[in-house]
Amino acid sequence: MSSSPDARPASFAMPRPALAGAPDAPAPQAPSPDALGPESLGPDETVDITGERQALHIPALLSELDRDFVGLAPVKDRVREIAALLLVDRLRGRFGLSSARPSLHMCFTGSPGTGKTTLATHMGRLLAELGYLRRGHLVSVTRDDLVGQYVGHTAPKTKEVLKRALGGVLLIDEAYYLYRPDNERDYGQECIEILLQFMEEHRADLVVILAGYADRMNVFFRSNPGMASRIAHHIDFPDFSVAELIRIAELMLDKEQYRLSPAAATAFAEYVELRMSQPRFANARSMRNAIDRLRLRQARRLVTAGGRVSRADLMEISAADVRGSRVFSGGLAAVPGHPGPGHPGPPPTPPAGHRAPPARPDSAAPSA
Amino acid sequence: MRITQGTFSFLPDLTDAEIEAQAQYAVSQGWSIAVEFTDNPHPRNVYWEMWDLPMFDIADGSAALAEAAACRAAYPGHYVRLSAYDASLGRQTTALSFIVGRPAAEPGFRLERQEAGGRQVRYSLHAYASDRPQGERYPAGD
Repeated sequence: MSSSPDARPASFAMPRPALAGAPDAPAPQAPSPDALGPESLGPDETVDITGERQALHIPALLSELDRDFVGLAPVKDRVREIAALLLVDRLRGRFGLSSARPSLHMCFTGSPGTGKTTLATHMGRLLAELGYLRRGHLVSVTRDDLVGQYVGHTAPKTKEVLKRALGGVLLIDEAYYLYRPDNERDYGQECIEILLQFMEEHRADLVVILAGYADRMNVFFRSNPGMASRIAHHIDFPDFSVAELIRIAELMLDKEQYRLSPAAATAFAEYVELRMSQPRFANARSMRNAIDRLRLRQARRLVTAGGRVSRADLMEISAADVRGSRVFSGGLAAVPGHPGPGHPGPPPTPPAGHRAPPARPDSAAPSA
Repeated sequence: MRITQGTFSFLPDLTDAEIEAQAQYAVSQGWSIAVEFTDNPHPRNVYWEMWDLPMFDIADGSAALAEAAACRAAYPGHYVRLSAYDASLGRQTTALSFIVGRPAAEPGFRLERQEAGGRQVRYSLHAYASDRPQGERYPAGD
């Protein structure tokens, strides 16, 4: 409300005691970064940064990140830096030093299946816990959700999505599709302009994360320099090594309550190396698909064998299940039109990556 | 005369932080928030103009506050209110409605008496502001 109380004639309204003199002095503002450290400190005092770090559960959050994400060292480094910056800003605020809210819009680039979308979902929660975002929910959109179909449709549509994302993270998957250089009447440009404006105005309430493949993202930024400069954090997701992929697969199997027999583990290591050299390899997503097919083959083996099965039988994946893969017999190249791992184009990423969805109990137990 | 319609109307004007907190409460209850405006202060004027569409799927109160601020900026010298609609079965009505913007000067109402047959007197309220055409009722820029 902008009208000051004394400008108004006497009315039925109760006076606001705190506002008697100063109209908008220390009125309860929106939660600021230093909301958790209310007591301000004098210039000569010191503060225990380790203790503050513990109080904000930062070590717990970061170790959770380490646990859930295999590899991705540069990404984790950047997250650690951001966490440290937010902590230092909070402490600076308590000393009365200026602590402008850093802009945390990000761009995730990397090959398919390197965990971009998955990290984005984590990021929201992380930033909320660190007190940067109020909600930390994730709104995941693609071009379809932002760009309208006719003149005048784009602006309301984009604004609607942005409003929904306020207080959380807006993840724009395959962001380069927003801009179509071949069609100058494309409404994507309008959408980008609204996005840019909103990103500036609501820097405090919203974190925009653009995700996509590196080469196309570069083209996108080259044609939209305004976008590139407003995004402070360009994070590149490296491809996984063989060991990391195996570790990811183990984590996924573990979550679905399967395990590899020792022979199967050896076979799986060979499988991963072979699969990496074959076309349409999509890192963790390929592991996900490989595991789904392992489960198929295991189920078929158990059902064909008949007889009685134990709990351990239902959990164990044998070497034969792994060796049954086409990858060992020449791979996808030998099978034209194979709908297998790594879709030909950039796939409409579900929260893929290497966090397994909850185990589906029905598919795990072919009844004996 | 300050008009008192809706919740909190006898309280001092809410600050933006308070508006946001109320909006956040409405969102947390699953109510959808709409921003409405009018420059007809009559108490029986219940259907106000809608500013944009109701916000059905926002997660944070700041979106409602931003819309209210945009509405105040676009319609200075108007009353602006937030209403939260509870769509749950059995309620299906406005759950919370409060004024978040009002003109700087509110001239108030005069009481009109109409002589009817048999010395009967009918009373009605007439807002001074509504003597002027819609859109020019309050000096813009509050």
